[in-house]
Amino acid sequence: MGTKSRNYYLIPYVLWIALFVVAPILLVLYYSFFNIEGHFTLENYKKFFTPVYLKMTFSSFWYAFLITFFTFIIAYPTAYLLTKTKHKQLWLLLIIVPSWINLLLKAYAFIGIFGTYGAANKFLEAMGVGGKQILFTDFSFVFVSVYIFLPFMILPIFNALNDLNPSLIDASNDLGASPLTTFKRVIFPLTLDGVKAGCQIVFIPALSLFMLTRLIAGNRVITLGTAIEQHFLVTQDWGMGATIAVFLIIAMVIIMLLTGKRKSGMLR
Amino acid sequence: MKQLVRALVIVLVVSFGLLYIVNRLNTAQGYTGDNTLTVYNWGDYIDPDIISQFEEETGIKVIYETFDSNEAMLTKIQQGGTSYDIAVPSEYAIEKMKEDDLLLPIDHEKLPNLPYIDSRFLDLSFDEKNEYSIPYFWGTVGVLYNPAEVGNLDFNKWDDLWDPSLKNDILLVDGAREVIGFGLNSLNYSLNETNKDRLVEAKEKLDHLTPNIKAIVGDEIRLLMQNEEAAVAVLWSGIAQDVLWENESLEYVVPEEGSNLWFDNMVIPKTTKNPEAAHMFINYMLDPEIAAQNAEYVGYSTPNKGALNYLDEDTVNDERFYPDEETTESLEVYENLGKRMLAFYNDLFLQFKMHRK
Repeated sequence: MGTKSRNYYLIPYVLWIALFVVAPILLVLYYSFFNIEGHFTLENYKKFFTPVYLKMTFSSFWYAFLITFFTFIIAYPTAYLLTKTKHKQLWLLLIIVPSWINLLLKAYAFIGIFGTYGAANKFLEAMGVGGKQILFTDFSFVFVSVYIFLPFMILPIFNALNDLNPSLIDASNDLGASPLTTFKRVIFPLTLDGVKAGCQIVFIPALSLFMLTRLIAGNRVITLGTAIEQHFLVTQDWGMGATIAVFLIIAMVIIMLLTGKRKSGMLR
Repeated sequence: MKQLVRALVIVLVVSFGLLYIVNRLNTAQGYTGDNTLTVYNWGDYIDPDIISQFEEETGIKVIYETFDSNEAMLTKIQQGGTSYDIAVPSEYAIEKMKEDDLLLPIDHEKLPNLPYIDSRFLDLSFDEKNEYSIPYFWGTVGVLYNPAEVGNLDFNKWDDLWDPSLKNDILLVDGAREVIGFGLNSLNYSLNETNKDRLVEAKEKLDHLTPNIKAIVGDEIRLLMQNEEAAVAVLWSGIAQDVLWENESLEYVVPEEGSNLWFDNMVIPKTTKNPEAAHMFINYMLDPEIAAQNAEYVGYSTPNKGALNYLDEDTVNDERFYPDEETTESLEVYENLGKRMLAFYNDLFLQFKMHRK
């Protein structure tokens, strides 16, 4: 088979990327220059830099940061313990299975659990703490998001830890490093790429969450994703929605660059 | 290359084969262009028995499809490629569809049952002379509350919502016009206000409501109120009726200062392939007995005067869902304020949502 015929096999991929990756991004960019009446304008960009949207951007980043932070705090020890268990793959599977369930179904389940008369409050009452409002708070929003993103963070970290050469740890111990130093100087730096990949997979979607902001946070948390949804579906101000999307895409590219892998071959 | 071409040919052949089979199946079941009718309606918004009765009586096959928002319906019809014969949009969506020239005029001569519709629901601002639309159901926006939880508040005034005792106890429906609307109503302004100063004033008043608001939600409001998640909710009468069926201890009221009067209406989109059958269907739905049967199933208020005779007396005399003419006079129908104004309403609503406790 010559190079020429090999090039033909690239056609489907090139078409795919052109139609479903490049074209949509260009379309988003194109729409962002039109106002609600369909006239060419930079008005949308000006509007993005008003306090309303800047505040929204800030709160999106803040919540995405919180979600990523807590996911990481829980995921790293979990992944670490997983590598120490006997039936690693089975445990890993059990952690991954919930992510097969539709996000919406899980969100509805949490409405029931966190509701005033839900299981969580029954438990609190039985413990003698008394009922509390859990649903529609910042806590419930971050909790449910962390729950949903957890498998995506555990997986890359688990892979990184699993690939770690055990003799490096032995060497560190033999040379007199305390367990803490071993972790700080050997294990963590060597799994950093897994951590970066995990943070990337969590932070980027967390930035544009929108269903959960309504179902779990009762629209008390407004992110850029919520605003995009509203502009496209309700206001039909596609230009403004596209403008916000442009900034989201820029933010995502920056995050990808910041957390991108520098060394190759560590990630799976 | 050869393999690629072969694969392409196989895909094409299989596709055409499937298309042929679908066609054959449709014909075998009687689904051809001439005697089918595609109805595009809100979910769970018609008694399925009525569809079978209509099919039996007329020999027309009905294909029933559903949507969950006016915007989704509009987009789908605008994009084309559909062949809906009947759609059931709300009043402001009809104005938009008229503007965009998506509707077919309705021939009143083909609707002998039209006089059964109460005259107060005909010839309204969004479609004068009912050129394009025939009322299907109607209702109001009001307050659903749990009398046991709110002390002696009765919500005859919108201002009762601002009562400090309701801290964190109010659910709002996620609609810009509804929420900004009751803010305007509480200041005795019109629901269709276009004066920006007044709109901002209403939004600022709503900001003070924030401590009382538990959540701003969509359709979940029905479930949340059934579970008594909150003591008070601002919502549409139709949802209120659903909740009341499940939980009788609640109460629904339309505050005196005024509120929204909404209509869902049957229209014939230009995409129709069978306008004849569409007229037959509309006329069938206008039949008093059928309209009554439908109202009993769906639970919303029917605009059909004749149907009221067939309905339960308690239902018809229920002022909450069949308010008298005097009350409906004080209510306002949404007007299409134009994209600009609607965007302004939505911006205010977004800012209101972002206002933290």
